[in-house]
Amino acid sequence: MDKSKLRLFHTTKEVETHFDSFLDTVSQGGISFRSGLSAYLESAGNGDMAAKLKQINDLEHKGDELRRQVEHELYTLALIPDFRGDVLSLLEDLDGLLNVMEDTMGSLDIERPAFPQELHADLRKLAESVAMAVEAAVMASRAFLRDIQSVRDHLHKVMFYEKEADGQSDKLKRAIFASSLPLAEKLHLRRFVDQIDHIADEAEDVADWLAIYTIKRLD
Amino acid sequence: MDPTIFLYLSSGLFLGWSLGANDAANVFGTAVASRMVKFTTAAIILTIGVILGAIVSGAGAAHTLSKLGSINALGGAFMVAFSAAAVVAWMTIVGLPVSTTQAVVGAIIGWNLFTGSVTDYSVFKTICATWIASPVLTGFFSYFIYKGVMKLLEKSRIHIIRLDALTRIGLVIAGALGSYSLGANNIANVMGVFIGANPFQDFHAGVFEFSGLQQLFLLGGLAISVGVFSYAKRVMLTVGTSIAPLTPVGAFVVIIATSLVLFLFASEGLEYALASIGLPTIPLVPVSSSQAVVGGVIGIGLIKNARNIKWSVVGRIVVAWVQTPLVAALVCYVFLFFLQNVFGQTVYNPSQYRLAKDVLVHRGDAEDAKALADVIGKSFPTSGQLKSAIDKALPDLDAKTVLQLVDDSLVEEITVDPAKFKVLEKLNVIEAERLDALRTLSGKTFTYRWQLIEALANQTPEWKLKEKTVLNKPYNKEIQKDLDLVMDAYVAKMK
Repeated sequence: MDKSKLRLFHTTKEVETHFDSFLDTVSQGGISFRSGLSAYLESAGNGDMAAKLKQINDLEHKGDELRRQVEHELYTLALIPDFRGDVLSLLEDLDGLLNVMEDTMGSLDIERPAFPQELHADLRKLAESVAMAVEAAVMASRAFLRDIQSVRDHLHKVMFYEKEADGQSDKLKRAIFASSLPLAEKLHLRRFVDQIDHIADEAEDVADWLAIYTIKRLD
Repeated sequence: MDPTIFLYLSSGLFLGWSLGANDAANVFGTAVASRMVKFTTAAIILTIGVILGAIVSGAGAAHTLSKLGSINALGGAFMVAFSAAAVVAWMTIVGLPVSTTQAVVGAIIGWNLFTGSVTDYSVFKTICATWIASPVLTGFFSYFIYKGVMKLLEKSRIHIIRLDALTRIGLVIAGALGSYSLGANNIANVMGVFIGANPFQDFHAGVFEFSGLQQLFLLGGLAISVGVFSYAKRVMLTVGTSIAPLTPVGAFVVIIATSLVLFLFASEGLEYALASIGLPTIPLVPVSSSQAVVGGVIGIGLIKNARNIKWSVVGRIVVAWVQTPLVAALVCYVFLFFLQNVFGQTVYNPSQYRLAKDVLVHRGDAEDAKALADVIGKSFPTSGQLKSAIDKALPDLDAKTVLQLVDDSLVEEITVDPAKFKVLEKLNVIEAERLDALRTLSGKTFTYRWQLIEALANQTPEWKLKEKTVLNKPYNKEIQKDLDLVMDAYVAKMK
């Protein structure tokens, strides 16, 4: 017999901790992304950006590991049979957020898009909205695990920040295409604005599914 | 030892198998169906619990059904157990939860009808009451308990994983206790009719002692376990998923509501406890766990979404409840006919019923004695014939008194054999003073059972029944238990 099955409460505590650490990691990913973008805009070539990129890489790895561990535990210990499928999808979706943030940072580092100085303030705002959307999605997920009634209190925030991000990206793209930059550069910058905004869209997807899981649990 | 006894015992084992396959769902149905406890885990816990319950506390409940019929031939006992088992097995195969006890009661009534013995038809009223009272009460309890638990969980903010672990532990503990009482309460139904023909000898190994009765019950317990492992899953799934979808917390609430209803409405211990501190008692209602669990699941279904309840399944289950005792009686009657007339087996040993004048005098019914002058002293081969004779002479006498008169008229010719004292002493149950009273009657013969009881009561107040009140119930029950043991020793139940 699997030894872990014998220490029921000990295992429970461990799985709980793994869940919490995973959510912490996703949340930290959001913060790290925001400060990483800031570092890039301030001085693309210096060590700050490299440190932030490494940080988000590490977080992504850690997130993957924790997700696999929790998934493994949920299945081998046959935990929460009624919501196991939903919780697994939730974990995958949250992990997806980390992946997109890591990808975006990676692309910034490789492609080094040259954002004109006058766009920096709006870009920071966009990154702020995206990070807030991620954070609200994490809060909603935490509530789903511990306090199902307050999930809705967080979900509406995700939607709000996603809308904010959409508005900001729209404004940025208009500014880019109204500028005198060469078309190739415009398209390059547009791609990055879209990619950053896409993180908020992913957070919204997480929230949409979470709303359905919540209805299922409350039914 | 006659080897054919094992052939007869086989139908008891068949009944054990049916009980395990069907009634296990009352204990672990919701837990297994909600996937909180693996079927194998549940089956192992059930096996251990049932066997322990049967061996440790099974003997206490062994006399509950014997009042219903005075089955006095092994052939009859075989067929009663077989018909009950066949009906429950059929219900199990179609996956419907029914009460094994009710099947046995039905089969005994079939035997009574076939042999012309008297049946106390109030038992039917009791069974009908369980069909309604058990599910309604449990449904009510599970409805409100579930609402309360959900409110509590909202406030407590327990992590989903911790809640999962707590629910699982709750289900396992409740299941283990339920398995124990399943074994303790039902082993008598499975093996009870064979106690009089127990082929096993007491077994000693140093301080370790294993009585013949315990060996018989162990065998029955094993049969129940085989039933659990081989076929219990289907009925479990009917209870836990087919009626209405059930969450793990819901599964736990159903089990708790069932136990609570059994405890509040069927526990004489609670009745006594309430009465002894001067509180009004809760009326005892006949409840059965098979019926209670179904009500519990419906109760939770009503909270979540009444449209989720599959009323067609509920309807099939209710029809099965009604069918169980009726079909068991019919099957038993028909099969007894074949067993007796085709296979030439004895299904009934002729007995003699003779109404003694003393019974009536003893009861202080001088008027009745006059009216029954023609019946008194006459011998009847069956209890049914004596009953119709009494009914004819005294049509106004209430049914309960008639049944009591008939019971008191069975001629048993009990001789207090001194050789049996040792056996009774070894049981270590009967008080010394009571045994001494029995010794003073050594060698005497009593025509009727009540005469022996009266003689014992005259010897010492220790054997005297107290007035029938709630507070005296446990005391009287204890005397009754001792009397049953004495009767088991002196009356050859099965031939």
